[in-house]
Amino acid sequence: MDTILADIEKIRAQFPVLQQHVNGKPLIYFDNAATNQKPKQVIDALINYYQGYNANIHRGIHTLAEKATKAFETTRHSMQRFINAKHAEEIIFTRGVTESINLVASSYGRAFLNEGDEVIISGLEHHSNIVPWQIICEEKKAKLKIIPVTEIGEIDLNGYQKLLSTKTKIVATNHASNSLGTINPVKEIIRLAHEVGAVVLIDGAQAAAHLEIDVLSLDCDFYCISSHKMYGPTGAGILYGKKEWLEKMPPYMGGGEMIKDVTFAKTTYNDLPYKFEAGTPNIADVIALNEAINFIQSISKEVIAEHEQSLLNYATKKLSEIPSVKFIGTSKEKVAVLSFVIEGIHPFDVGQMLDARGIAVRTGHHCTQPLMERFGIEGTVRASFSIYNTTHEIDELAEAVKRIVNFMKP
Amino acid sequence: MTVNQVQDEIINEFSLLDGDMEMTVFYIMELGQRLSEMSETDKTEANLVKGCQSKVWLVAEVTDGNVLFKADSNTAITKGLVSLLIRIFNNQTPETILGSDLYFMHRIGMERFIGTQRSNGFASMIKQMKLYALAFKTQLAKA
Repeated sequence: MDTILADIEKIRAQFPVLQQHVNGKPLIYFDNAATNQKPKQVIDALINYYQGYNANIHRGIHTLAEKATKAFETTRHSMQRFINAKHAEEIIFTRGVTESINLVASSYGRAFLNEGDEVIISGLEHHSNIVPWQIICEEKKAKLKIIPVTEIGEIDLNGYQKLLSTKTKIVATNHASNSLGTINPVKEIIRLAHEVGAVVLIDGAQAAAHLEIDVLSLDCDFYCISSHKMYGPTGAGILYGKKEWLEKMPPYMGGGEMIKDVTFAKTTYNDLPYKFEAGTPNIADVIALNEAINFIQSISKEVIAEHEQSLLNYATKKLSEIPSVKFIGTSKEKVAVLSFVIEGIHPFDVGQMLDARGIAVRTGHHCTQPLMERFGIEGTVRASFSIYNTTHEIDELAEAVKRIVNFMKP
Repeated sequence: MTVNQVQDEIINEFSLLDGDMEMTVFYIMELGQRLSEMSETDKTEANLVKGCQSKVWLVAEVTDGNVLFKADSNTAITKGLVSLLIRIFNNQTPETILGSDLYFMHRIGMERFIGTQRSNGFASMIKQMKLYALAFKTQLAKA
């Protein structure tokens, strides 16, 4: 236990933002599912790029352009290995999961969805995996079907199977729920979808920093990741797509970089991955993302998952001892997300009272309003843990929650 | 008491909390708990203050030329915040409310404990109270 603690202290020391006080108390950062903090090596990579070799990539022939291009493409190859993709050109850089999903909904949807077709999503989805599908379904007169969610916050696999048919063209679900933490049986979901000939998109926003991702073994058609939820900078992310689909899909945005030849009569498009990377990309953040991958790999996902699971178990135990705390989402398979409500106390109040003690949590509907409606609540308090969190911090959270309950219900 | 006397009283009370955030938040909620109850029938969609992240219901009536506000919220902190405004504006004439200059927020360092969204919501509450005052002023002038 002591060695783990010593290791965690070493890891914490790599995060400048964690070395501060908020409202007179040491910062306890439990809003990791919204965005996690950045280690110094990621911040340094950003600074080094702007101070040392800022240049536009791919077309320049000068030294800086070459250096920047090489660093940018290095991240693509790292990401390929990180998720075990077959080809580097299957990694498309985007602004994040939201853009990745919009890209697929718009491009794949435009090319392959027809009137009367069906798209299936789950009731656990973030708005970013709902709204793009609503938009394309409305445009194409396709139907959007929702997989029901069980009382403990899991996807109802029987309900899913009932929705599947030859009309199903796309299935989209998250790997892990941002609101509840539930890890979905994506391999099974993908297998069943493929049986009816549908393609599957997995929103991996909450999985990337916590779970092993192997797109070949999963056999998913599309997988989306946000850099900022895996210790990388904001504004960068990837869309993984099977080459066979990406080649058949029309471009999402037009502009520089994505073309081969342009005349006023006709434009021919560039090859993958550039066909989907119009305009100057987010060079600095993509380059720094490579350091986020290095950071994760230096600790290993296994160690990260083990530590986070122990924090989740500890927090679940500590908070369950407080009367009137009720957990929302109690699946056995969860990433380190603990969503709860306190009877008679609004989540906003809890969030603000925790902030007064330097504890950062997320409160509200977490961009999953339909899911909140499913549980008949307006929102929850969500504490989500990361590699740099400690059991001591969870003790502080439990103590603070107790004070809130005692104050509100003396 | 005048509007400014009440504001000074509030500033004085908050100064005793010595900037401790947790005590401040608890104190605001305590003030909310003391707010006189609003009838459930007044908690309608129409009485919701627009622009607040939390739900805030506000109603007002005028008695003997003075305005009486009642309010409630689904969150304890917002209820505490609206209770401060009610304490300042209740039993004042519409003219006084309209002509008042609220300075207590800055003096108690409210921006430290209500974020940007709540600040906007708080401004909406003040605006709604002044709109009531304006309506009563017009009404009284006609009478």
